[in-house]
Amino acid sequence: MTLFFQKALECEPVEQRRARQSERLRAAVHRAYERVPLYRRKFDAAALTPADIRGLEDIEKIPFTVKDDFRAEYPFGLFAEPLEKIVRLHASSGTTGKPTVVGYTRADIDLWADCCARLLVNGGATPKDVLQVAYGYGLFTGGLGLHYGGERLGATVIPISGGNTKKQLMLMQDFGTTLLACTPSYALQLAEVAQEEGMDLRNLKLKAGFFGAEPWTEEMRQQIELRLGLKALDIYGLSEVIGPGVAGECLEQSGLHVFEDHFYPEVIDPATGRPVPDGTYGELVLTCLTREAIPLLRYRTRDITRLDATPCPCGRTFRRIARLTGRTDDMLIIRGVNVFPSQIESVLMRIEQVEPNYLIVVDRTGVMADLEIKVEVNEHLFSDEVRKLEALRARIASEMYSVLGLHAKITLVEPRTLERSVGKVQRVVFVDHKK
Amino acid sequence: MKVKQISLFMENRAGRLAEVARILGQGGINIRALSLADTSDFGILRLIVNDVDRALALLRTTGHTVSVTDVIAVEVSDRPGGLADVLGTLEKAGLNVEYMYAFVEKATDKAVLVFRFEDTDRALEVLRKAGVSVLDPATVYSL
Repeated sequence: MTLFFQKALECEPVEQRRARQSERLRAAVHRAYERVPLYRRKFDAAALTPADIRGLEDIEKIPFTVKDDFRAEYPFGLFAEPLEKIVRLHASSGTTGKPTVVGYTRADIDLWADCCARLLVNGGATPKDVLQVAYGYGLFTGGLGLHYGGERLGATVIPISGGNTKKQLMLMQDFGTTLLACTPSYALQLAEVAQEEGMDLRNLKLKAGFFGAEPWTEEMRQQIELRLGLKALDIYGLSEVIGPGVAGECLEQSGLHVFEDHFYPEVIDPATGRPVPDGTYGELVLTCLTREAIPLLRYRTRDITRLDATPCPCGRTFRRIARLTGRTDDMLIIRGVNVFPSQIESVLMRIEQVEPNYLIVVDRTGVMADLEIKVEVNEHLFSDEVRKLEALRARIASEMYSVLGLHAKITLVEPRTLERSVGKVQRVVFVDHKK
Repeated sequence: MKVKQISLFMENRAGRLAEVARILGQGGINIRALSLADTSDFGILRLIVNDVDRALALLRTTGHTVSVTDVIAVEVSDRPGGLADVLGTLEKAGLNVEYMYAFVEKATDKAVLVFRFEDTDRALEVLRKAGVSVLDPATVYSL
């Protein structure tokens, strides 16, 4: 029997929902135009007024919003409410310069909690469940997002945040955790340390996990499900839109339902900005239909996915997006070839027992870029015989070549020499000896 | 009659070997024999120690990739031709030697060699039938 958090909304007939989405879009456009200088400027520059947007059918007229808009309006330029009405601020990691700042009114916090509760119930969660939130708590939206979702649902929330892996495992056992929320890499790290401690996670009460904040492959999902003994579900979100709670898989595990009554999705060709037909891959664009603090319009996420409007067996009528396999800016171009870290990860996971503790080193010293992939040798991979290790390395190299179409140097390294992190893992480093 | 040899994966970086030696030394482990197989990028360090379990625990907790391999300690006459005789016996039986290295210490007046065979059980059988002396593990660990 499928469980829903807000059944009427989640299973609403599409046409009925569209009418409400159109109405909400009109309201969001008005709010943005009247209260956010950036949108006033964008509309004026396009000779547009809010009256020109009658509903969803006119959405393509609206100019896009991009990450740089957040940076240009730092810190509070995009807020449609005075700071007094903003009850929470979050900021994303910001790998270059200033972080991206987002704000929430009380109504936004409620909306966010509802969406995260939906996520959990997508995975079969009930108020009887015990949720271990191992996403970081703080300015990052992951921890608090799932926390509020869990509380809204009425589950028992363990706000453990990231790190302290041995303690996480101990509490997982002692508190009887049934639901786990963390990054997929951290899930594998928990499994690794559990193994070292002689703990079999499959004997615990874990039933589902909600993994996101970084792209992860089907192969990684299988590893996680096998080693932790739970259903591993993909969740998607980004702080610019709200945080986690934008989309999440149901137990069918075939696409992430977008909570489009609040976050309207489009998929565009990143080069032209034109929408692509359902089923074609492109860049995900999101519009916040109900957010008070930031009425974000047509935000280009730089995430690559495709839309699936076909009915899902679970009964939810929210369209689904495919698992995010890479970002338009994750992509590396090496000697003219497009390379996604997720491709490299797929190859490593396919080779029996290889855990994706790897590092991609792009060396731009010479005229042509060189690609090196450092792979940690764990006990499963290790062989006492040189020729077997050499054979392993050759096998990785040849499979990598067949997938990427270019030769990469494979270096076997000792375990724990590659940086481990709790949040998003830094998988690529650039080297330039000229500097 | 199978001796437990510890194998360690090591990157070709300065200080890796010294670090292992230090960890074992501080842990009171006595290395009885060792061999380092090298390639251009990594090495495999093979050790016979006096306390296998303790050494394994020490190396694992310090984050090393280790494995345990069964090897055989064979006694051969300590004279020119001693090695050739044993190898002749092995060759006749069609036994494949993966690698070998020597002990400096002796149990008796014979030299001691460590062999890794593809088929350890068969090797033990062949050596026994040929009357070649194979040392028991306890003796080896305390040589």
